[in-house]
Amino acid sequence: MSGLEAHLRVRRDDGFVLDMSLSLDHGETVALLGPNGAGKSTAVSALAGLVPLDEGEIVLGGRTLDSQDVFVRPDLRRIGVVFQDYLLFPHLTAAENVAFGVRDRKRRREAAITWLARVGLADLADHMPGSLSGGQAQRVALARALASAPELLLLDEPLAALDVRTRLAMRRVLSEHLRAFPGPRLLITHDPTEAFTLADRILVLEAGSLTQVGTADDIRLRPRTRYVAELAGSNLFVGVADEGSVDVGGHVLQIADRFIAGPVTVTVRPSAVTVHLVRPAGSPRNVWETVVDLLEPIGDRVRLLTGAPLPLTVEITAESAVALGLGPGVPVWVAVKATEVEVEEG
Amino acid sequence: MRRRIPASIPALFVVFGGLALAVFALPLVGLLSRTPWRDLAGLLTSDVARDAVRLSVSTSVAATAVATVLGVPLAFVLARASFVGRSIVRGLVTLPLVLPPVVGGAALLFALGRRGVVGEPLADATGIVLPFSWWGVVAANVFIAMPFLVISVEGAVRNLDGRYEGAAATLGAGRWEVLRRVTLPMIRPSLVAGLALTWARAFGEFGATVTFAGSLQGRTQTLPLAVFVALESDREVAVALSLLMVVVSLVVLVSLRSWWWRFR
Repeated sequence: MSGLEAHLRVRRDDGFVLDMSLSLDHGETVALLGPNGAGKSTAVSALAGLVPLDEGEIVLGGRTLDSQDVFVRPDLRRIGVVFQDYLLFPHLTAAENVAFGVRDRKRRREAAITWLARVGLADLADHMPGSLSGGQAQRVALARALASAPELLLLDEPLAALDVRTRLAMRRVLSEHLRAFPGPRLLITHDPTEAFTLADRILVLEAGSLTQVGTADDIRLRPRTRYVAELAGSNLFVGVADEGSVDVGGHVLQIADRFIAGPVTVTVRPSAVTVHLVRPAGSPRNVWETVVDLLEPIGDRVRLLTGAPLPLTVEITAESAVALGLGPGVPVWVAVKATEVEVEEG
Repeated sequence: MRRRIPASIPALFVVFGGLALAVFALPLVGLLSRTPWRDLAGLLTSDVARDAVRLSVSTSVAATAVATVLGVPLAFVLARASFVGRSIVRGLVTLPLVLPPVVGGAALLFALGRRGVVGEPLADATGIVLPFSWWGVVAANVFIAMPFLVISVEGAVRNLDGRYEGAAATLGAGRWEVLRRVTLPMIRPSLVAGLALTWARAFGEFGATVTFAGSLQGRTQTLPLAVFVALESDREVAVALSLLMVVVSLVVLVSLRSWWWRFR
């Protein structure tokens, strides 16, 4: 049986039109990535049934939820939503919130406690939402959505309202629960890091339509629009840190922090990468030989994509690109200072 | 312990504020000064008093119930639907607040009286005649008191973030379930305040009731009407009944106020 197949066309009162198609398999996490105002929340509302489609259709697990002839009410869709600001019912305790959507009425409390325990909040069952921290409220919202046994999981900017530190921890919790959820999962976000780290596939939404679809590497290395290029502007890798270095898929980067260990996210700003025709002198540095894959001018700067062993997006001035005689296929040395490799736990 | 008056309050305000308080308190003092404490129990258990209490309680509670069943839906429509003439409807809803109740009662008589535009066909078809009946008192009370409920609930519904109801729907709750489990609990403070004000207004209603339902002891003579009649005949009964109304109203309002603050 297929997961989610949808073509969404919604015209909002303000004249904005969302027009996009998406297809999600079971067990697949897809990120809908786009700037504010791109129509991401409208897509969530349309999928959840809170806004009817003007055209198109939504088919989930072979069941048509919305089309020219059919409109299934939101309460009958079995789509679990984690809302941007959680929308925990303020008059109900954490456990009552989670119990809200449990179908088996007799087991509501029991199921709620089980789900709260799964997100590590069993001891906060009787707390009111107002007394929960952002991270805790987020986990209650996740437990509430999952406890209703949905066929599709929608996460609308689940981490956006959290502070940086909580966000890293929650990303791990989220990734764990996303993997455990058997149905298709759609993650709505404006944060490329979230999309790159949590999703198998990325849909880029701009001004109501999809501008690029692909894996994190497709998006990052071959950006098709200015927005994607800017998003992808930072080189982002997931790796394992140990004693001053990070292994990112077989390639080892030297980093400044010698104490960080375990899974990390690594970012290298494109302007932090230097390009040379011969091996540059000086250490400690990350230096390797590669070739220029692609070269494109952005104003008075030039964006390069370099090839194996670790593809990078590099930004240098147009002047130095000319001076170095860079072009596709030209062999070069790239160098990144250890202090320019930004490492975050998570 | 001596409480100091904050510097942010001008001394003149304290004086004028005290006078304002006196406006509220003096009539009560007058009432208390005339209260026949020794005979109070006897006065309050007289036939006239017992009939009036029974009628006041039953009609004000019934009016509150009717106002809730009809007024809450109207409040929802006003808060959520946009339609032509909504501001006119809203004005119509608040009309009983500013209209002299006697005028309201007379208007009710023209509409629902035995010869009224609605009353006559109603009487012909069902035999129900509202004026000068228990239901007539209820109808007058509903007309006068329902605005409090509609206004208070409408404001609450309008301020309610509708996305909570959307969230409830995605969790499998149908429309009635959303209303019962999310919407009503979330507007509860305003709903309770509206109910209490509606009841209090109905409990004290005089003008529309006397015009539309008359003042028949045991049938339509509620406490305010009994007080008015007794002022002419038996002043001590009037004072005793007045005191009873003051006490009941104060208890309801004070407990409502503390309840309200607890939920803020």
